Amino acid sequence: MALQSARPCGDFRTSYASDLTIFPTRNSFLALVIGLALLALAPAFFDRYALSILILIGIYGIAALGLNLLTGCTGQISLGHAAFFGLGAFGSTYFNNNWGVPVALSIPLGGLVATVVGMVVGLPAARIKGLYLAIATLAAQYILEDFFARAEWFTGGAGGAFANPYSLFGFAFTGEKLYFYVVLAHVVVLYVYAANLLRTRDGRAFVAVRDHYLSAEVMGINLTRYKVLAFGISTFYAGVAGALMAHYVSFVSSETINILLSIQFFAMIIIGGMGSVMGSLMGAAFMVLLPEALEAVVHMMKSTAWGDIPGIVNGINFAKEAAIGLVIVLFLIFEPQGLVHRWRLIKAYWKLYPFAH
Amino acid sequence: MRMDLFALFIVNGLIVGVLYGLVAMCFVLIYKASRVVNFAQGELLLLGAWVCWGSVVQLGIPFPVAFLITLLFSAILGILIQIVVLRPLIGEPLISMIMVTVGLSVFFQAILKWIFGVAPQSFPSVLPTERVNIAGLEVEAAYLGSCIVALIALAGFAYFFKVSKLGLAMRATAFNQQVASSLGVSVRQVFALAWAISATVSAMAGIVIGMVNGVSAGLAAFGIKVFPAVILGGLDSVVGAVIGGIIVGVLENLAEFVDGQYLHWGNLYTVAPFYVLVVILMIKPYGLFGTRDIERL
Repeated sequence: MALQSARPCGDFRTSYASDLTIFPTRNSFLALVIGLALLALAPAFFDRYALSILILIGIYGIAALGLNLLTGCTGQISLGHAAFFGLGAFGSTYFNNNWGVPVALSIPLGGLVATVVGMVVGLPAARIKGLYLAIATLAAQYILEDFFARAEWFTGGAGGAFANPYSLFGFAFTGEKLYFYVVLAHVVVLYVYAANLLRTRDGRAFVAVRDHYLSAEVMGINLTRYKVLAFGISTFYAGVAGALMAHYVSFVSSETINILLSIQFFAMIIIGGMGSVMGSLMGAAFMVLLPEALEAVVHMMKSTAWGDIPGIVNGINFAKEAAIGLVIVLFLIFEPQGLVHRWRLIKAYWKLYPFAH
Repeated sequence: MRMDLFALFIVNGLIVGVLYGLVAMCFVLIYKASRVVNFAQGELLLLGAWVCWGSVVQLGIPFPVAFLITLLFSAILGILIQIVVLRPLIGEPLISMIMVTVGLSVFFQAILKWIFGVAPQSFPSVLPTERVNIAGLEVEAAYLGSCIVALIALAGFAYFFKVSKLGLAMRATAFNQQVASSLGVSVRQVFALAWAISATVSAMAGIVIGMVNGVSAGLAAFGIKVFPAVILGGLDSVVGAVIGGIIVGVLENLAEFVDGQYLHWGNLYTVAPFYVLVVILMIKPYGLFGTRDIERL
């Protein structure tokens, strides 16, 4: 079937091939290629601050996508994703520092550490679901946090662990300008994999488990297998993101792996859109930009009469934290389908621009 | 093994456990009435403690008045949360219900740190500070006082649910919402009332705990400790919540005792309830007294 450049208002799919396609139109494929090309040029135009934000969006975007595969696509709630993020970070630095594994390999290895633990944590999902699973993963978060503070051989204990910069064939990717490409490469590979995964039997099995697990089981889907598989893939993403973060800031401390980070990951997928691959990136971008925007607002306020009120300028960190909670609540009430839904509405509006409806 | 120390840990565990039980009961109250899992229970407790502390220390209001002001404030806040945040979400999937209360807890936690600072503050002494001798054991009177307050609150609850008309309406709603509303029970009122009671009693627990341990953001940890208690007791059982709370309190102190005497693993006992939680979820997810969900096709 020939690719069209625009679609009529309805979503008419007449063959399985068209239902399975990643890019619904030729223009959406072109948009992606042009967008990636522009991003690849970003280090030439942006300063270090803007690049560091892009890097953070990429790293959190990977972790959010992992959580979205688990929660948005498979319907299993995990409130402990920061712990897997931490496992990846500590695992990668451990393999790199102690066993001399090159960083390029230790990042996926860190992801595998998270996967192994994640599958074990996911095993209870075979028996419990919904709220009980959420509480079990919350318990896993606290238990793993305790483990990070305790296992000095693995994490360096309270002092934290130092991570080497990313290097490939003797070429070190230090500084934002070069590390940006490392993150971009990981983002592209992992996002393409996730988008493809959802088109396969496994991906459709995930969605079936989420939508109605009894029907899924009746249709011959092994619930335990797919739930544990979802946990494994999801925690791999979280681990890779954590490892990328560790080698970016070159230091991991168990203090940063807290429940608030887990909640932030969850906020990203709620804000971006549950079960949407691109939504994960949008949500990550929103959650990274939100504190920066608050900071900018407070910076502006300093020059006005508001700047004299000490509580506002000094309380910026609390304001950032409160904003996380507030956006979760506001999005759930006013836009439960997330930014990706809003984006679709905007696209639909412009597609038929002069003739809405 | 030092028997006296062992007994002291057990008694302390019982006392802390009763407080856990009280907070766990507030959690179960909301869950039973409206099927909302309240991850912000600890923050409701913290909020009460801070408001009372603020009005006593910063505004100079005498304690009994400040206590009543706090209870009133919490009741209004509870109703407001129910109306503004949770009412629009009725019928939404479980994930939304969980995350909205998680969001609330992050929000309150940050706002309270903003207003009252991060340093722990101590209450001016209201409860006596000396130790009391019970059957040869030295127990702090403040702990004992807090335990008694909690027991009175529990007895009050039992009376409320058994005898009063509103309590009956709440039980009816918890049993079957549709039947209750067809018999003239205002389900909205019951939801709001559940939140009001839960917030008020949590605030009361917060004040009591704050008077013993001082007020700090760490009090919100009670909201997390509630989960082992309610899972152990059964999510929808009020009696189970109280018993679960007591068991968790005793268990925590027992772990601390064993750790301090023999193992010396550091602060492992703080996560001991979570290990128990995982084990219970694997063996008996509906707890000791919870009703089993039976799913029919």
